[in-house]
Amino acid sequence: MKVLVPVKRVIDYNVKVRVKADGSGVDLANVKMSMNPFDEIAVEEAIRLKEAGKADEVVAVSIGVKQSQETLRTALAMGADRAILVVAADDVHNDIEPLAVAKILKGVIDEEQPGLVLAGKQAIDNDMNATGQMLAALTGWSQGTFASELDVDGDTATVTREVDGGLQTIKIKMPAIVTVDLRLNEPRYASLPNIMKAKKKPLDEKTPADYGVDVANRLEIVGTSEPEARAAGIVVGSVDELVEKLKEAGAV
Amino acid sequence: MTTYGLTDEHTMIADTVRSFVENEIYPHEDLVERTGEVPPDLAQQIKQKTIDLGFYACNFPESAGGAGLNHVEFSLVERELGRGSMALTHFFGRPQNILMACEGEQIERYRDPAIRGERMDALAMTEPGAGSDVRGMKCTAVRDGGDWVLNGTKHFISGADHADFLIVFVATGEDDTPRGPKKRITTFLVDRGHPGFTIRDGYKSVSHRGYKNMILDFDDCRLPDGAVLGEVDGGFAVMNEWLYATRITVAAMSVGRARRVFDYALDYAAEREQFGQKIGKFQGVSFQLADMITEIDAADLLTLACADRLDKGLPANREIASAKLFASECLARVTDAAIQIHGGMGLMDDYPLERFWRDARVERIWDGTSEIQRHIISRELLRALGA
Repeated sequence: MKVLVPVKRVIDYNVKVRVKADGSGVDLANVKMSMNPFDEIAVEEAIRLKEAGKADEVVAVSIGVKQSQETLRTALAMGADRAILVVAADDVHNDIEPLAVAKILKGVIDEEQPGLVLAGKQAIDNDMNATGQMLAALTGWSQGTFASELDVDGDTATVTREVDGGLQTIKIKMPAIVTVDLRLNEPRYASLPNIMKAKKKPLDEKTPADYGVDVANRLEIVGTSEPEARAAGIVVGSVDELVEKLKEAGAV
Repeated sequence: MTTYGLTDEHTMIADTVRSFVENEIYPHEDLVERTGEVPPDLAQQIKQKTIDLGFYACNFPESAGGAGLNHVEFSLVERELGRGSMALTHFFGRPQNILMACEGEQIERYRDPAIRGERMDALAMTEPGAGSDVRGMKCTAVRDGGDWVLNGTKHFISGADHADFLIVFVATGEDDTPRGPKKRITTFLVDRGHPGFTIRDGYKSVSHRGYKNMILDFDDCRLPDGAVLGEVDGGFAVMNEWLYATRITVAAMSVGRARRVFDYALDYAAEREQFGQKIGKFQGVSFQLADMITEIDAADLLTLACADRLDKGLPANREIASAKLFASECLARVTDAAIQIHGGMGLMDDYPLERFWRDARVERIWDGTSEIQRHIISRELLRALGA
């Protein structure tokens, strides 16, 4: 079975995000970029499936600016076998919308015929949480979202989903689209031999036109603003004082 | 973000080591600072993770079982390790390259187990009476029957507390030269626990708590010819061939640590308010930050540039001395300024700033003091002119 893992290049989770002066988005110029953390979990899961003998090839794909190549190299260094880069934007600030991404991924699936797509549940930049679901609709494949456990067994997969207030376990037919949540696994570091090998692994470059997809944005960003600053806390001297303060604040 | 002269692969190596240090080293630093010890299971855990990642002994050639990193790549590894506590990063093992001089049975007994992480090594040169003046060493080995008998004391021996064997430099004779008597030096490999050889605790140092300096005593310690590394009386040749580049390590580690310290200073300047505004708005603070980052970038590029010279097979003695001198002194200025920006809080052990400041002090002393580096630099320039 071939596993396809879409990965997105996003602002590094450690970077303090700054909103651009005109409110059109956040400033990405000269900022450290990394693989979306949920996508890292997806890559890790795909590699584990391969190590367990349940998958025979892991293909990473990224859609965005040319620099997404670095993100794909990271996936290759973690252990993916090859990569596909779809150059869909020139400007790092141009974020390709989920529907366009899903349509391109549908095109990649038609060509590659994977048995499973493992994707992050959402990207930490715009938190859309839509691409996996849209892709399932476009392909007509089963979907298991927010996976915290995954067990692939021949024609079916058992997915434990993180839902509000608990866990839900479902059995789905393969091929399937599974989007992964934080607790599925802990991604590995790229090993030194794999970093050295990554450069030699194949990385194909494509364009949206190769898949007949128009990536023009349909959504308009009306404004972007900083979250409200949190008020400073206070240190209380006793439990009684704490209860009193909470009462004053109307919290108890 | 790209750095001049570095490839994606370089960046990936540096990023991987940096994540390792942030996730596997930082969380344990307070414990080491508080106790002055690295718990054995933690040491083993760091070592095993490093082996699993293929980074253990990454400075050794592939033919010997290492990862075969070149000098630039290895400097990046050292730079990122420099961010973390030395007591802990010690177990991200980089055995002494000098072990490549092993021959015959020494390969299976010392070199290969060191590369595989099964045995740890440490290097012993300094003596109470022989610091910068290596030739002043009093530790001797004399012929007795077919053996060598070692006597004397070594101190400031880093890593000896965890070492399974030591690489020891001792005097094996003296030649008369026009510039006075000159010691002949031979390198020996000696196992921990060998009769006549003891390792004991050294001094309590302000820098790098938990990264202990040990004292070695040789009392009629008898070693066979097979314990000689390289040639008899060839200690200087072995030193020059293999220890030549280790000063880059100090430069690279100083750069990594300086960047970590800088981030503390930058964040504090952006958050701390006095006189109704962020202190970073005052030029007295912001200009310090400007100077700090400029110096750090310069030290970083200078260090990588000498590593690149070594990779290209160019002479680099003067350049390495410049990098070691500049990077270690840059770290001193950066840690000092970072404390100044933090004010009184910078001196409290609630923040790691006071530790960075203490740790920085030794970098201007070990692996050749700043004065020795200045001597090397100026001598090389003037000698060419006959002065």
